[in-house]
Formats: sequence, structure tokens, C-alpha cells
Amino acid sequence: MKLRIVVTLKPGVLDPQGKAIHKALGGLGFAGVNDVRAGKLIELDVADDTDDATIDAMCRQLLANTVIENYRVERA
Amino acid sequence: MKTAVIVFPGSNCDRDLAVAIRHVTGTGPNMVWHGESALPAGLGLIALPGGFSYGDYLRSGAMAARSPIMRAVVEAAGRGVPVLGICNGFQVLTEAGLLPGALMRNAGLNFVCRDVALTVANAQSIFTARYEQGEAISLPVAHHDGNYSADAATLDQLEGEGRVALRYAENVNGSARQIAGVLNDAGNVLGMMPHPERRIEPAHGGTDGLRLFTGLLEMVGA
Repeated sequence: MKLRIVVTLKPGVLDPQGKAIHKALGGLGFAGVNDVRAGKLIELDVADDTDDATIDAMCRQLLANTVIENYRVERA
Repeated sequence: MKTAVIVFPGSNCDRDLAVAIRHVTGTGPNMVWHGESALPAGLGLIALPGGFSYGDYLRSGAMAARSPIMRAVVEAAGRGVPVLGICNGFQVLTEAGLLPGALMRNAGLNFVCRDVALTVANAQSIFTARYEQGEAISLPVAHHDGNYSADAATLDQLEGEGRVALRYAENVNGSARQIAGVLNDAGNVLGMMPHPERRIEPAHGGTDGLRLFTGLLEMVGA
């Protein structure tokens, strides 16, 4: 079973990388970009019988730092 | 005082830290590899060095915090053994849950490598006893991810309980409330981004880091 874990910074947490990307897009002449937030995507290939609680535990214990990040699990 | 320095793949300040500890205690630390599962008995200090453990994969300190030796470090910290995390060591301590908050990418996005002015915000801890309250000191920093972040309630709690040990006297990396070093609730775990081990002898350009180690030695006992 293939999973995509999308890790994003929590709302309100300053995102210096997003700000830099935003500025660079402006520098390239792209107008109308209101905001940019950068996150990361982690793809997992797990056993088909892996339950949701286990997937959630993987996210909480390692894949995301829940002090500053949110995560969501997408099933491919 | 018997000490240990934890060495992760990618640590690069472990030898500096060992030299500083030997200078102060007269005895070199036990260098403990991250893959070990037990620490030597009777330690007066466990130190986590700076560097780029596991290449900063996933997040700075994230992989190191899950390495086998960290279970023993967390257990020792719970028993009251002093634990000092410097730079990457601070990042590892937050990722391991021994200290609150997280260290994010510097607000200016640049790697900052220079001497910075600091204020000793709590001179009562076992790590800062040899400093004066509010004393201005200078230590080098060298980091990309030193931007201390925590929610407002956590920051209020840290300040209210005197757990902010060090503050930047200037905006170095965007850290919330200029926090450069924090203590755990029991006061036996300190994480700090500046490098005291790089200011031990006059030839280093200053000795402001020395008193952290001499003070700790006095507080913990030989």
C-alpha cells in the first residue's frame, strides 16, 4: 500500500523558506502570489494490513514534529 | 567528574567538547557512540555535541533523537543527571522531548557563523552558577537551524519559571523572545545554540564559555 505523508508547518509558524520562495517568484515577475508555505512530502510503501493507528504513530513519533508541523495521510 | 560525550554520525564538535571537558575536569570524557544502548555508570555530565547528525535528514536532530543511546540519555535525565546539548545537541534534545519547542531554519535563511552577544537570563542553574544574573557574554554561534520556536503559552511558562538560561542581545536568527538556551523543568537539562566549548582558553579569543564547565563541576562535585 502506497501512502503519501504531507507535512506542513502549522498556521502561524513563521516559514522563512516560504517567504524566500515568495520573494523569488516576485523577482521572476510572477504577480498576484499572496502567500507561499513550504512543506515536505514523504512517500511510504507499507504492508497492506497496516492499520491507521500505526500510520498515525509513525507520523507523530518521527515523520512530523507536532510542535511546529501538521501532517495528513493520502492513500495513493 | 565522570562525563560522557555522545557521538552521532555527523557530529563535528565532539572533539572540541572533549578537549574543553578534559581542560576543566582533568579527565577526558567517555566518548559514547550513538549505537550503544547503555551509558557508563556514575556520570556527572552527559554532553551532546554540535554538528550535523545524520546530515540533518528529515529535520535537524530528528534521526539522532531516535538513535539507541538516546533512550539511555532520556532515562538518565529523568534521574537528574546533568545533560548539556550544544547546537545540534540542543536540536536533538528538543526532538527527543527533553526540552520544549523546536529549532527552525534561521529567519534570515543564512547560516550564521560569528560571535554573538548574549545575556545570562538565569544565573541560578547548575550550568550558569558561575555567571552573574544579567551578565553580558560573548560566544560563537554556527548554525542554520537556530530559530527557537514554541507556542506563546510555552514561552510564557519558560520565562515565568526562569527556564530561559540565555538570550541573544541582538536578533541573530529570529528566535522567539531572543531565546538562545533553555532549561527543562527540573533544571538538569540545558540546550543552547552558542558554543561554550569554543571559548575556553584565551587563544580561542575569549574564555566566556569556561565558567559554564567550571561552574557545573563545582555544582555537581568532582
